[in-house]
Amino acid sequence: MTIGIEHILAVSGLLFVIGFFGVLLRRNTLVVFMSLELMLNAAMLALVGFSFFNATMEGNVFVLFIIAVAAAEVAVGLAIIVALFRRRHTVQLEELVSLKG
Amino acid sequence: MVDFFFYLFSAFTLACGLLVVLSRNPVNAAVFLILTLLGVASLFVMLQAYLLAAVQVLVYAGAVVVLFLFIIMLLDVPESARKRFKPAVALAAGLSGLVLILGVGLLVSGAETAGPEAPAAGVGADLKAYGEYLFTSYLLPLQVTGFLLLIAMIGVILLSRKPSAAADKEPAEAKTR
Repeated sequence: MTIGIEHILAVSGLLFVIGFFGVLLRRNTLVVFMSLELMLNAAMLALVGFSFFNATMEGNVFVLFIIAVAAAEVAVGLAIIVALFRRRHTVQLEELVSLKG
Repeated sequence: MVDFFFYLFSAFTLACGLLVVLSRNPVNAAVFLILTLLGVASLFVMLQAYLLAAVQVLVYAGAVVVLFLFIIMLLDVPESARKRFKPAVALAAGLSGLVLILGVGLLVSGAETAGPEAPAAGVGADLKAYGEYLFTSYLLPLQVTGFLLLIAMIGVILLSRKPSAAADKEPAEAKTR
């Protein structure tokens, strides 16, 4: 296999950049949250790549933890979004500006 | 052959990731998110992390995205209108994106010279190793993660109660105590 770690890092970095732009530019809270998941997946891909090419288990075990924490994070985050929607009747970020100075 | 599949899966993952960000309907975005996660899972298989690929499909593509879809349907969010970005936001996004891409480029070109060779058999393929690591070196993080899941569960139950019902209930409970 001629795939090196640089290929994995390139894919992971590009996926991270895509998620990053999604977080910055999208205005729907749910889509922003999905873009966050993309960034998390990019980090996971990089960890698995490091683990594979260095023949260690640490990265794989970290990814297992990341998946567990991400599942908890999504549950709490979506509950917060639902609570927000009940109170403000919108999930558009440009309408949620109460904290804006 | 392996290279071909790597490029195929990478292109698939990145294209679907781009569509998550670009699609205007949140339901479409969620479905493309499933495809992206499946693409990442296939890349995990190529890196011989078979357990992680299975967990990725079960937990991420199965549970997490279904939760997303469920909430999207529940809130009935309309399609986002096409609006122009504020110049400040666009400038900040462009600049920081440029810095990120530059960083990735530097990292990748640097790794090309120092990157280790691909081993014949990945250590991630061995299921026993996961159990060994989880229950010896990573026992404390494992327990903390379990506790975190409990906290998240309690938090979600508290958050998703109806605010009015909670306000009515709490004084009543206080009285009975």
